[in-house]
Parts: sequence; structure tokens; C-alpha cells
Amino acid sequence: MQTPAPLADYVRATSVADAIAQLEKYGEDARLVAGGHSLIPMMRLRLARPEALIDINDLDELKSIKVEGNEIVVGAMVRHREVLDSPLLFEHYPIFRECEKVIADPVVRNRGSVGGSYCQADPSEDLSALGSALRGSVVIQNSTGTRTVPMREFHFGPYMTQVGDGEILTEVRFPIRPGAGSAYEKVERRVGDWAVASVGTFVVVKNGVVEDCGIGLAAVGAEHFCVPAAEEFLIGKAPTEENLEQAAAMAAEGCNPSSDQRGPADYKKHLAKELTLRALRRSVQSSQGA
Amino acid sequence: MRFVVPSNQAKEPDMQVTMTINGESVTKECEPRTLLVHFIRDIVGLRGTHWGCDTSNCGTCVLWVDGEPVKSCTILAAMADGREVRTVEGLEQNGQLDPIQEGFRECHGLQCGFCTPGMMMTGRWILDNNPNPSEEEIREGISGQLCRCTGYHNIVKSIQWAAEHPAENEVKA
Amino acid sequence: MTAVEEAPLSPAGNPIGFGNMKRVEDQRFIRGEGNYVDDVNLPGMLHSAILRSPYAHARIKSIDTSAAEALPGVVAVITGKTLEGIPRPSLLGDNFAWMPTLSYDTQAVLATDKVRFQGQEVAFVIANDRYIAKDAVELIDVDYEQLEPVMDAKKAMEPDAPVIRDDKGQTDNSITDVHGHKTWESGNAIGTAEAIAQAEADPNCVVVTQEIMYPRVHPAPMETCGSVSYLDKVTGQLTMYTTSQAPHAHRTVYAMVAGLPEHKIRIISPDVGGGFGNKVGVYPGYVLSVIGTIVTGKPVKWMEDRGENLMSTSFARDYHMTGTIAATKEGKILAVDVDVLADHGAFNGVAQPTNYPAGFFHIFSGSYDYPHAHCKVTPVYTNKAPGGVAYACSFRITEAVYLIERLVDCLAAELNMDPAELRLKNLLRPEQFPYTSPTGWEYDSGEYEKTMRVAMEIAGYDELRKEQEEKRARGEYMGIGFSFFTEGVGAGPRKDMDILGLGMADGIELRVHPTGKAVLRLSVQSQGQAHETTYAQIVAHELGINPEDIEVVHGDTDQTPFGLGTYGSRSTPVSGAAAAVVSRKVKERARQVAAAALECSPDDLEWELGRWYVKGDKERGKTITEIALLSHGSLELPEGVEGHLDATAVYNPPNLTYPYGCYICVVDVDPGTGQVKVRRFIAVDDCGTRINPMVVEGQVHGGLADGIGMALMEVIAFDEDGNNLGGSFMDYLLPTSMECPTYELGETVTPSPHHPIGAKGVGESATVGSPPAVVNAVMDALAPFGVRHADMPLTPANVWRAIQGNPIRVDMAVE
Repeated sequence: MQTPAPLADYVRATSVADAIAQLEKYGEDARLVAGGHSLIPMMRLRLARPEALIDINDLDELKSIKVEGNEIVVGAMVRHREVLDSPLLFEHYPIFRECEKVIADPVVRNRGSVGGSYCQADPSEDLSALGSALRGSVVIQNSTGTRTVPMREFHFGPYMTQVGDGEILTEVRFPIRPGAGSAYEKVERRVGDWAVASVGTFVVVKNGVVEDCGIGLAAVGAEHFCVPAAEEFLIGKAPTEENLEQAAAMAAEGCNPSSDQRGPADYKKHLAKELTLRALRRSVQSSQGA
Repeated sequence: MRFVVPSNQAKEPDMQVTMTINGESVTKECEPRTLLVHFIRDIVGLRGTHWGCDTSNCGTCVLWVDGEPVKSCTILAAMADGREVRTVEGLEQNGQLDPIQEGFRECHGLQCGFCTPGMMMTGRWILDNNPNPSEEEIREGISGQLCRCTGYHNIVKSIQWAAEHPAENEVKA
Repeated sequence: MTAVEEAPLSPAGNPIGFGNMKRVEDQRFIRGEGNYVDDVNLPGMLHSAILRSPYAHARIKSIDTSAAEALPGVVAVITGKTLEGIPRPSLLGDNFAWMPTLSYDTQAVLATDKVRFQGQEVAFVIANDRYIAKDAVELIDVDYEQLEPVMDAKKAMEPDAPVIRDDKGQTDNSITDVHGHKTWESGNAIGTAEAIAQAEADPNCVVVTQEIMYPRVHPAPMETCGSVSYLDKVTGQLTMYTTSQAPHAHRTVYAMVAGLPEHKIRIISPDVGGGFGNKVGVYPGYVLSVIGTIVTGKPVKWMEDRGENLMSTSFARDYHMTGTIAATKEGKILAVDVDVLADHGAFNGVAQPTNYPAGFFHIFSGSYDYPHAHCKVTPVYTNKAPGGVAYACSFRITEAVYLIERLVDCLAAELNMDPAELRLKNLLRPEQFPYTSPTGWEYDSGEYEKTMRVAMEIAGYDELRKEQEEKRARGEYMGIGFSFFTEGVGAGPRKDMDILGLGMADGIELRVHPTGKAVLRLSVQSQGQAHETTYAQIVAHELGINPEDIEVVHGDTDQTPFGLGTYGSRSTPVSGAAAAVVSRKVKERARQVAAAALECSPDDLEWELGRWYVKGDKERGKTITEIALLSHGSLELPEGVEGHLDATAVYNPPNLTYPYGCYICVVDVDPGTGQVKVRRFIAVDDCGTRINPMVVEGQVHGGLADGIGMALMEVIAFDEDGNNLGGSFMDYLLPTSMECPTYELGETVTPSPHHPIGAKGVGESATVGSPPAVVNAVMDALAPFGVRHADMPLTPANVWRAIQGNPIRVDMAVE
């Protein structure tokens, strides 16, 4: 099988501060490794060739899921399986469970981490669609301090994020929205595959009107995994089938998918609409049922 | 076996790794880049753990690290340093086959046998977490592991058999 | 329903004969103690890696290996130029750079002049470990001049198409077989054309023509291909551990390729992690491991990556078919004509019997009774990987069954007739057997309608149609798909069938030790088929020896007699027959010994399982165990009786066997996304006598999953630049446990009249029979949208596009 290129050093970080110090020591050729389920495959195919790996698996400070104020905080080292199984996340947003259930497979989910998925920044990353839908934010730390970056400003493009040299993504934060309904829809060619297209949404319906909503889309060429115009259209309107359809059409309009083995662009564009509509319908239903 | 250091490396890349494998502490030298699957197979010499792809899709390399199934092609041996590894060779205890092993034989859960160790390791884990899984839960549990011979039908049956025939020391829920 | 009496049980609880028996081989596999090629580590062994072409078609201007050679740990770097410099004392060319294919073509071991497909072998690195070998591959610098690739088989024969095989002096991309033919025809061209023309002119008849593509797929066994070769310079003995489905045939090919004396070559095929046809071919990597040991004097291991496996080793299918079916409006089929464009890749490397260059595709007339059939197959070279018999295809019967079963459904749609009814109207009737098909195949036995009715019964067919009607009214789309297939397996009669001149008969040896325990030595090679169990059962059935007392030896050419190996579902029909025949020889020898011991004439003896006794005096007899000891003992034997019971046999099958079956698939289609869910799969197989029903059913399960994979997700596609788009398991998708339902199996048993135990072989039945059932089900679901045909794989994108009336061309990259 394919094997990684030579790697000069491997170290275990003992704390976030230590991880940052190690990153600074090794410079731009160092990479953090969390679950390794994006990085090691890239290394095996020799698409990534770090000189040093800094293992952050021992950093317990990054492993919790908790509520702070009106936000849910998910540590960067939380594994996908923990997100899937978390009653706390499910209670606030069923979308977490729906989304995680279709990410990779159970064995990969045992190991892959939330922080790793965000930092890999694959354009088909389901968690990115989820994060963008919920308008979450990420906390990035370096030796001078921390900063919080909205999810919708986090990506520069495919595989490129705001996390720079000597920096570590420590946590992801999601605002709590009482009464929100949420849902995740994904079409994949086969279980465990990356999305052909996927859409996550939340909707807060109050007094028969959409008070707030979010739409996140992966794999369909939506800038920052979202199409704000579709959300703006829906907010303040009644969640009628007609309005949902219009919002879904606008969401699809804001996507620029490319043709590949997963499907031609016209199909993906169609899916952006179809899946947005399905996710919105279910989000509205569960918000109204809440 | 010792890896030869490429000349373009500035420093000596070999490192020492210690882990508990099937209850025994093992210390070996390897490169920092050595994948756990190669460490287990080529350096430790336990060849029941297989490999079958380059993209973490096939799951023939599944073993346990700290009690959870992991694709051992997707983790470095260095990352398993200090951790507990369990491989297919560790299923049999004191000459007694694990029910998951019996199940695969009883139900014809294997043909060429290549995916079998990975499937059994995941099957064991599914049952440890959920002694009475539904068919759907079993299917989902093994969905990251490919089999080309059985069409999965008898693998599912084998895990069900193991659920119905727990070992004496297992608590049946 | 089984035609076989239940066998008595041995002390270990195993059937002394046919019946469910747990597998002997599982004892090692469940402990992780299997021994696959990559588990073989010899002292001083070196590792290797292959540099492969990034281009589909390019001229090699130069190769610089100096940096790779300078890397510490690298032992040797071999290129095509190196191989050209190694003289080969062989009939097959004067150097090692080229090797023969199994179809009398040539294939580059390492490219010298040009590369002709992406992934072709360019250089071979031998190093101290596998990581360094990979490091060194990256350091080899090749200067290529890119040439226009030929990726579309339909354009390969256009006058301005670039010529791929200029090495052979070709001026176009046509393929000429060993008989000098450029097309392969069978059936009656004139009669079929006339019948179709008459039907076209007849208002009471219909004629339907459909283009049907069977895309390129790959067997993708979980274990990739590899070998460990060691040439002992003192003895001159080459030992090769290799992933081979046909160790003896491989030995002969290596003798030809390497010019080594055949008696000095030992091929050991240890446990093989699945084959499905992928491990029939002789690949450059294997040959390079041999060259590696010749060059270095040390054992050399070559194990390919998954990407290498998918991109360079034997693909399957790639048949562009156009079928025309004529029938009366009542649904009586009159004639079928087929035109095929066969994409063979850059080297004609198909492994077919010499006289059957299109394999057994010509059996395409299927399970139906009609007089006129004709087909023409035109093979072409393209800049794709070579190969072409693989993935459990029964020598291209997979393509044939897919063609006819799709055509029948297209006809049903045209006639607005239930596809089950149409099939029942045309199935061959029991009294027609043995039946000679319009393309000349003699089907041995069958009760087709009975089998189909069993399948419909299990499915609850009428209920399913009712459910479908109700669902359609609600805007839900479910589909029910049929497939009725007939295979011809067990190649084959040696007067008709050979590969590279090697007749397709199989040898076998049975030894019975003095204590009555036995050893059976097979020429065929298990890749998971349970030979160690089922062959013991055949001997047990014939001789009454407990199956646990019979050791089955295979996979080592030094320990087994010659034979052509396991593929094309041939083990049971050929070698299984040999096992029965050799057992009967032993039984006959035992009779002579027993007669001497019982002081009677052999003619006075009668057999019951495990024992000869004197007619009319059942108490007076000798068990096979007693006879075994007597045969080795001091008993005085009559003149001409040698003593010992050991025997050998070579089985040359008089005909193929013809397993068949009826499959029904039920799917649900989401038209909004194009997603297909296989809800049920009913499979009723008739493979004649079932030696071990558990093993038969296991093989059927696996084949059904293959069918789901091919129908819904598997494809090796290319873009116009020649890039292989299916080169990893990220893109070459195999079905998981989630896409496969719990299968519902049934059986009928119609023994083969010419096979000693009536068995027919079943290894590929489900792979052959299942794809059309899935596709027919999806097309049935999409009928309300006016969809009649879309090519596999029916990915969500393809299904959605089909509904839009704009299906994707699946073999080339999407637009």
C-alpha cells in the first residue's frame, strides 16, 4: 500500500500552549495531528509532507461538549462519534445527529475529530455545512492569545482556512436558539462516501412566521457553505410550501457546483434545491412541533 | 527489520515505540512515519491484521486502540505509543475462541478470510457496546468495512449468532 | 426440494457426503492465521515498487534513475532499457521487455518506446523496505512526449485515430486474433437478418433495438495482487509465492516468459484474498518480481497498491452492445441480433479459451426458445488498461445475460406486457433438453419454468405488483426487476477449449493411507470457495471416509497435478468431477482388495457407503478403512492387482454444465434525488447437485452484492485526457452492508446428466444473473417517466438524468 513520505519528527503535545510552542519551533513544515483521519490519508498519498507532526490527542482540555452562556461549545478534539452520541447537542439541534450519522463510517467516526474536519476544510465537509447553517464560530489560539472567527468567514477556499502557522483551532461554538428545528439532508453515491450534495438547515418559527433560519450547503460550490440571500428571503415570512420552495430555489441559484464523478453540475444544482427544500420542511415541522 | 535512513534526512528518524499488544508490552524501533498496520504486521509480526486500500475505505486493517476499533492504516505507530492495542490474535483467550469467532464459523461469515479479522474486531466492539443489536445497527456498524465474498448477509448473521451466544464472562443484557 | 438424500454424520458431526458442513479452512482464518502473499517474509527478502505512467499515451524520451539509485536502501532500479539488455532464451522474443498475453498478443513488462495506458509499468525499484522503494519511485525522472490518447472505443477505428500498437507495425487500432480474425461472429447472420426484416414488415410483429453499454468494471478483490519470488542460484529453483487462481498455468507461462525450465519452477499460491478473475492474468509486476530475484539473487516481494490494482490489472466488461429483438405482438420471440464493440485496452490480454476470443458471449440467446440468433463482436485497442476476463464473468456470459435480459425487458415495455409473463412465454421447456441453442451450445438440463415459479412465489409477485400500483397512485416509485439466466460453465472439453494451447482438463490425485485417512491433491485453487471442505465431502460421498479424515491439498505446483485453475466457475464442474472419478477408481481398487480378503470374486461384492460386502450376506464385508490397511499389508493379491488404493485421474469434461436461475429484485427510487434502494432480492438458483448448500448460498450472496455494485455504483471511467477516474476505493465504489438487503434464496435441483455427481458450478451465477435484475427493477420503477433504458451504474446522478430524458454517458467523464 502507499506509504507516507519521510517524517523527521513526531512529538506529543502536553497542553494547548505546548502545541503552539511546538508549532512555532518547527515552523511551517509542522502539522498538528488530531484523529489523523484527513491528514494521514493525505500523507499516505504524499499529498501532504509535513516535516514534523505534533500529536494533540492527549489534550483533554479540548475534549468536552458543554454549554457556556447561550452557546454550545464543542472542543476540537471531540470525536465524531461523541458528537453523534451527545444528548446535549441532540437536544438543541437534532441536525448534529443527522449530520454525523452520514459522515464517513462508525470506525472512522471513532477517531476523526471535529477540529480536524474543520481544519481540513474539504469542500464536501458535512460539518462545514452544519457549522455554516447554524452560524457557528471557531476559536483559534496562538502564542499571543485567542480570536473568534465566524464560521462564515473561516474558509478562504477549498482546504484553506483562517488557521495560520503556529495556530490551533481549539473549539467550535454554536449559538443556542430556543425553539429551533433543524435537519440534515445528504445525497451520497454510497454510504460513507463524500456528499454529492448536502444541506443542513435550522428554522425558528414564531407566531406563524420564520423568525430566524440558516441554510448550509456542502459540495455544491456555495461560498462559505451558505447562501445568505435565501435565508434573508425566508426570514419574516410564513413558512409556506411556496416560500420554502422559493428559498430553496434561491439557495440553488447561489451555488456553483462543478461536474465530477459524483455527478454533473446540473444535477448538483438540482440537489441543492431539492435537499434545501426537504431540510427546510423538516426544520419548520420540528420548530412548530417544539 | 530496521528501516534504512534516507540520506536526505537531516536527523536520525528512528524512534522507539512501546505499546501493549493483546496484553503484552512490546517495544520496537520504527520510523516516525511508520503506519500502525505496518508496525503490527512487519515489525511485530502479527499478520492477522490486513490492508487492502490506500484511502481508509476497506477496513481490512481494523484493530482496537484503547478499546475502540480503528483503521490501523490511518494512524501512525507513534500515535499508538503508550496505548493498548488489540488485534484479531487477541480475540482468543486462554485457548477459548471468542463467540464472535465461533459465530463467523457457525454462520459461514467468511469465504476468502481477508476482511474477516477487521469484521470480527468491529463485531466484537458492536456487541460490547450493545449486546442485543438490531440487524440495522449491525449493518451500520460494519459499513466502513468492505467484503467482496459474502455480500454481508452471513457476516450480519455471524454477529447476531455471537450476540445470542455470549461467553460465560459476558453479561447478557 | 433437495434431490440429495441426507448423508449420515461422521463422529465429528460432519456429513459423510453432501450437506451443510462448517468449513475446515475457517479454523485458521478466524484466528488471523491465514497465510496470504504479503504475510510471506523470506530471509533477506527485498521489497519493490513500480513507477507507473501518469499518461494514457506518451512517448518515453528518457528516464533518469540516478537519484533513485543514489537513495540509501535502494538495491536496483530497472527500466525497459534494462530489460531489453537481458537476453531471454525463450520462444517468445529475445528479451524481457515484452511478455506474451494469454491471448497471443504481447504486453510490455516495462515500457520501452511508449506508454499506452495510465498506470502502465515504467520502472521497477528494488529496495530494503517498502517505504524506501516508494521514496525511490518518486525520484525517477521520466521525460515524456504526450501523445493524443484513444479513450473512446467508438472512435478507435476512425481513420485519423492515433495508432496505439505501432510496436507491432499496426496502422490502425483493430485487433487480430490468433486465427487471423478481426471480428468474432456466431449464429446465422442471414437467417436472423431475414427474420428481423420479416418482423419489421409484419404488422403483427414488433422489432426493438437498444444500445446497451456494459461499462468497464473491476473485480477488486480485498487482497491486491502480489508475489514473492526467489531464485536459488545453486539449484536453479525458482520459488514464487503468488496471488494466483491458476498456479499451474502460471508456472507454464513463467517458463515461457523467463526461459526457465518448468521443472525448476515452483508456484505456491497460499491463501488468496479473493480473486473473481483478477488473479487469472499474468501481470508485469509478477514478472518483475521474478526478474528482481534473478538480478539481486535475493527474494523479492512485490505487492501492488489498491490504486495499482484498479488501474493496471485485469478489468472486466467494457462491451458496447447494440441488440435487436424481434417478436410477435403476442410476445413470442423470433430473433435476436447483436453487434458489439469490445474495448480490450492497450494490449489484448483477455484470458479466454483460444477458440472463444469473445469468451462465451455467444451464448447470448439466453434461456429462451427462438430459432434465429446472430452476433458480431469487433475488438479494438484503446489507451486503457489491458485484461478483460474478470469479475466472475463466466467468460463474458455476464455481458450476454445482461444484454438478453435487458432486451427482453425493452420488448416487454414495447408490448406493454408483464416482463414475467413474457419470460414464461418464451422459456425453454423441460422436454427440449438437451437443447442446442441457435448459436450452437448444448444446454444439458433444466426445468426453467419451475424455477421461475419458485422465485415468483417467494417474492409474492402478484402482491408486489399490487403494491406498486398503489404506490404509483401516491407518487411513489418502486420497481420489480427480473432476470432469468443460463450459464455455460466448466470449461471445458479439451478438443474445443484451451488457453495458450493448454487444454482445459484438470488432474487430481487421491491417496488413501494404511489407516484409511486420505489426501486429495487438486489442480484448482481456492480464493475463498471452500475447496478444503467441499472436495473432502465429494470423496466422503464416494468412499464413505469421514470428511475430517481427508486432507485437501492445493495451491502448490510441487504438490499437486497439472490443471488450469479456478475461474469461470470451473472447479466443481471439472475438478469436482475429477474428485468423484478418482474416488471411484479408488473404490474399484478397494473392491479388488476386498474380494481377495473375502475370498470371493469382485463381481460378488456390493457397495454401501464406506464398505464392500458380499451380495446376499451383508455381514461379510470390509470397510474402506479395513481395506486400506489390507491394501498396504501382507494379504496376497490376485495377479494384476497392485496393492495400495492410490489413484490419479484427469477429467476432460464432455460438455459444459449449464446452471441457471431466476432473480427478482425490488427497488424503491426517489425521483427527487435519483437514489435507489434495493429493498429485496430473491434468488433461486439451480446449480444441480449441491455439495455443501451453505457454501453454495454464501457464493450466491456474494454475487448478488456484486450485481448491486455493478448496477448501482461500480465503474472505471476515463476522461478524454486518459485519466482513470476509478483508481481508488474513494471513486471505485464497492457496495457496503448498507446497500445490500438480507437476501431471500430458493433452490431447485436439476442435476447435470453428464457430471459424475450432477453438480453444475455456481461461483459466478449470481454475479452473472443479478445486474440485469437490479437494472430492470430500476427501469420498471422509472417506467412512468417514459424511461426504457439507462446504462449502469445507476448512480443517483444517472437516475435523475434518465428521468430528465438525458442519461449520462457512463464510460466517459461527465461533461
